[in-house]
Amino acid sequence: MNLFLPELSLAAAAILVILVDLFVQRKSILAGICVAGLAVSAIFTLTMWGGAAQSIFNNNVAVDNFALVFKLLFAGIAILVILASMDYVGKMPRFQGEYFALILLSTLGMMLMAAAADLITIYLAIELTVLPICALVALLKDQKSTEAGLKYVLLSATISAVLLFGMALVFGVTGKTQISEIADAISGLNLANAAANPALTAGIVLIIAGFGFKIATVPFHMWVPDVYEGAPTPITAYLSVASKAAGFAVIIRVFSTAFGSPAWLSANWGVTFAILAAITMTVGNVLAIPQTNVKRMLGYSSIAQAGYIMVGLATIGIAPEAAISGQSSLVFFLVSYALTNLGAFIAVIAISNKVNSDDIKDFSGMIKRAPVLALALTICLISLIGMPPAAGFMAKFYIFSAGASAGLMWLIIIALVNTAISAYYYLRVAKVMWFGEPASTEGVYSSAALRIALVIACFGVLLLGLFPGIIMNVTEAAKTLFALK
Amino acid sequence: MSFPFLSTIIFLPLIGCVVIAFLAGNNEKRIKWLAAIFTALAFMVSLAAFFAFDRSAAIGTFQFQEKALWIAPLSAHYHVGADGLNLPMIVLTAFLGLVCVLISWHEKIRVREYFAWLLLLEASILGVFASLDLLLFFVFWELELVPMWFIISVWGSGRKEYSAMKYVIYTLFGSVFILAGILFYYLTTGSLSMVDVGAAEPLVRFAVPSAAIFFLLFIGFAVKLPVFPLHTWLPDAHTDAPTAGSVMLAGSLIKMGGYGMIRLCVSLFPDAARTYAPLIIVLAVISVIYGAALTLRQNDLKRMIAYSSVSHMGYVLLGIFALGDKSMTGAMIYMVSHGLLTGLLFACAGLTIHNVHERKFENLGGLAKQMPFLAVAFSIAGFGSFGFPSTVGFVAEYTTFIGSYVSGIVNGIQLATILAIAGVILSAVYILWMLQRLFFGPVKEQFNNVKDADRVEKAALYGFIGLIFLCGLFPSILTGVIQGGITPIVKSLGG
Repeated sequence: MNLFLPELSLAAAAILVILVDLFVQRKSILAGICVAGLAVSAIFTLTMWGGAAQSIFNNNVAVDNFALVFKLLFAGIAILVILASMDYVGKMPRFQGEYFALILLSTLGMMLMAAAADLITIYLAIELTVLPICALVALLKDQKSTEAGLKYVLLSATISAVLLFGMALVFGVTGKTQISEIADAISGLNLANAAANPALTAGIVLIIAGFGFKIATVPFHMWVPDVYEGAPTPITAYLSVASKAAGFAVIIRVFSTAFGSPAWLSANWGVTFAILAAITMTVGNVLAIPQTNVKRMLGYSSIAQAGYIMVGLATIGIAPEAAISGQSSLVFFLVSYALTNLGAFIAVIAISNKVNSDDIKDFSGMIKRAPVLALALTICLISLIGMPPAAGFMAKFYIFSAGASAGLMWLIIIALVNTAISAYYYLRVAKVMWFGEPASTEGVYSSAALRIALVIACFGVLLLGLFPGIIMNVTEAAKTLFALK
Repeated sequence: MSFPFLSTIIFLPLIGCVVIAFLAGNNEKRIKWLAAIFTALAFMVSLAAFFAFDRSAAIGTFQFQEKALWIAPLSAHYHVGADGLNLPMIVLTAFLGLVCVLISWHEKIRVREYFAWLLLLEASILGVFASLDLLLFFVFWELELVPMWFIISVWGSGRKEYSAMKYVIYTLFGSVFILAGILFYYLTTGSLSMVDVGAAEPLVRFAVPSAAIFFLLFIGFAVKLPVFPLHTWLPDAHTDAPTAGSVMLAGSLIKMGGYGMIRLCVSLFPDAARTYAPLIIVLAVISVIYGAALTLRQNDLKRMIAYSSVSHMGYVLLGIFALGDKSMTGAMIYMVSHGLLTGLLFACAGLTIHNVHERKFENLGGLAKQMPFLAVAFSIAGFGSFGFPSTVGFVAEYTTFIGSYVSGIVNGIQLATILAIAGVILSAVYILWMLQRLFFGPVKEQFNNVKDADRVEKAALYGFIGLIFLCGLFPSILTGVIQGGITPIVKSLGG
């Protein structure tokens, strides 16, 4: 039970937030409870780091370095999102308690997603993640937000059905739900190729579709721009970073454990992810170019980034000998992407709170009105392009070198060309902020909490860009995946 | 461990950039002085390194090396070192950094930002030249884009934002090729080092053909140099950049392309370089002639000088890919010489345009009376540009052409050299014509009250002129150093 303390402490903090919300007037106390709960959860996680991979609840939940690194990441993301929300929750005074509690519950779900080693547990974890987010997206209660919430509920319900169908097919073929046991059962079938057992192939394809929705890969990306635009901006940030990372965590665990052998099977899904990656990054980048709303633009940009991250998945599938660097570089990319995207969104929150608009043209001349925010946003944009000295460059170099060592030269070339294309729309925002004429001379106010979150994010982006070795060592150590002996 | 010359040179401007960015108060004078002090210190350290450089050291060794593990999982190092190839470029860049601060002394718009970006630009170019680790090299290579983008976009003129964006997108596309080349090189050799070639185990089961890596790198560097047909960013960026931006661009930044070719393409892939040299020589000749022809047709002062760079960089390409001992030495001298001469041309042009508020040739003329000092400085730079003896331009052109002509490695090089020499005639034509349209002819009344260069600007121009004649009269200052870097490459080519 000790091994479940990170999750338990989050659940306790969530309940505490709801209870305290009934009695206190100063709602910032709630944020304090959240941050404390997340910090406690992170500390429990840290104490387990480096131990042997083990499992709890009859092998349903794994406790291994891989899960732990993701739990730390989710806790960190949630802390930054909560700090960044301090300015924003004023827009929904009635729901502050619920807002914070739902974030915690959703984070709890993600932690379970990263740790779940059983198809049923995975499904439950995904639902625990998705349902609070549905409510959070709609919490603004205006037209766009409600529409976004409804869209997210309907689409994720549909995709849950698809995922469940896929899982059922896999269960039907193998008779198991525990992912290590599925792997054994598949090896026992002695299949020669994908056509030998259509039910299994169909099941895997449906599972890819189900998880593809979580990481917002093309063609399961249609919900992204609308939901990102309508949702409260901190939730958009949360969704674009944490939800995506959780999706990748599940994919790595399920595919490299359950479908890791025989070799043709892993090569098949590796190639599938490679093709999806190429399409995803290209579509995301091309569609980001004409956007005029910064949240929509960042939405499409996050689709493109998911494409880059999927290069790591393709590496794991195609080249077993490069799997470790593929996995490590993927996790490193997720960490750097999390910091970068959060930084960008936090700056956007502060600026658009003031100008009351998410349109790029209203960011004009921001460098004169809010130099720190504009500089921070510029650093994050540079990192999203993948230019040194920001974290994004190192992340791309690491993941592309892993991909190239798996022989995916064509994919790397496509990814690099995409990188150059993406510079255009990212730099356009920077251009407006630095060279445009300010609409007024009024400064932009931001709360201390938001500024702390922004400084942490930008500092992290530069630190990872200049000294990436610190985190790369951690992500390499996170290679251990729990498996039944 | 000896004095860390190179780190000091790179980090002085970087520290200066940070100090200026976070300096309390808005005292413009203090900002300018700080910028001048930091760049002057960097220049002095670079001179000290130049004199401390052991010219008789064993061939192929790097001096002032500093190496520390940077990113363990990628086996990337912070590794800097100097040899005959990069030391002159480092000194040149440090010199131009100082000069750029001086000629920007009257900058009035967003002064703090301007000098911070300028120093960051200098630091990143210095880093490119000093790096001996491919990842470090690339980081500096990309880092340079950010300050240059700001400098052109904010302090430029004309279609500045368009030009800045064009510059960045072009260079990023070039960088894509370089990054791909570096990745494949890393995977094939298992090492990111430029010097310990073949020391590590390959990381992949297959090897990427070296010709492919050679071309990936070459295309990336060709954008920067620039080589026909990848040159179209250059006239826009040079024309619309502020004076200091143009000086830095033309003087030092585009040399990163030439340096990259000789350091990475030729010395790491000598066989591919031999095989494909004839093809590249053709591009070089086209660049020379086409660039010169375009230059003749320009009626904008800065645009004209910009196009002349395209033509002159063709000589560098010719010298490098003639693959001879003397030709490569010549190309290296040419890069230094072009840095000084075109740097001076842009500085003079910038000052003239700033003082006269006019940049079209048809509206200029007779300025020799009103601004005699600039007229003399401009003429020296111009004469140097078409290789007038006693200037460094003569040494550069003479060595390049003789070296290329006698180089026996590439077939048909004699014809290419002769064609390229024809470019010199064209360059004499456009330079003299430019000087004539600018300074001679009837004196125009509306320019009667224009200022000549003032004291600070004169100091900068004197610096240029001094170096132009010093290196022109005593070329052994340069050749003594450069030869030590060229010899190992010639050996690997089997020449």
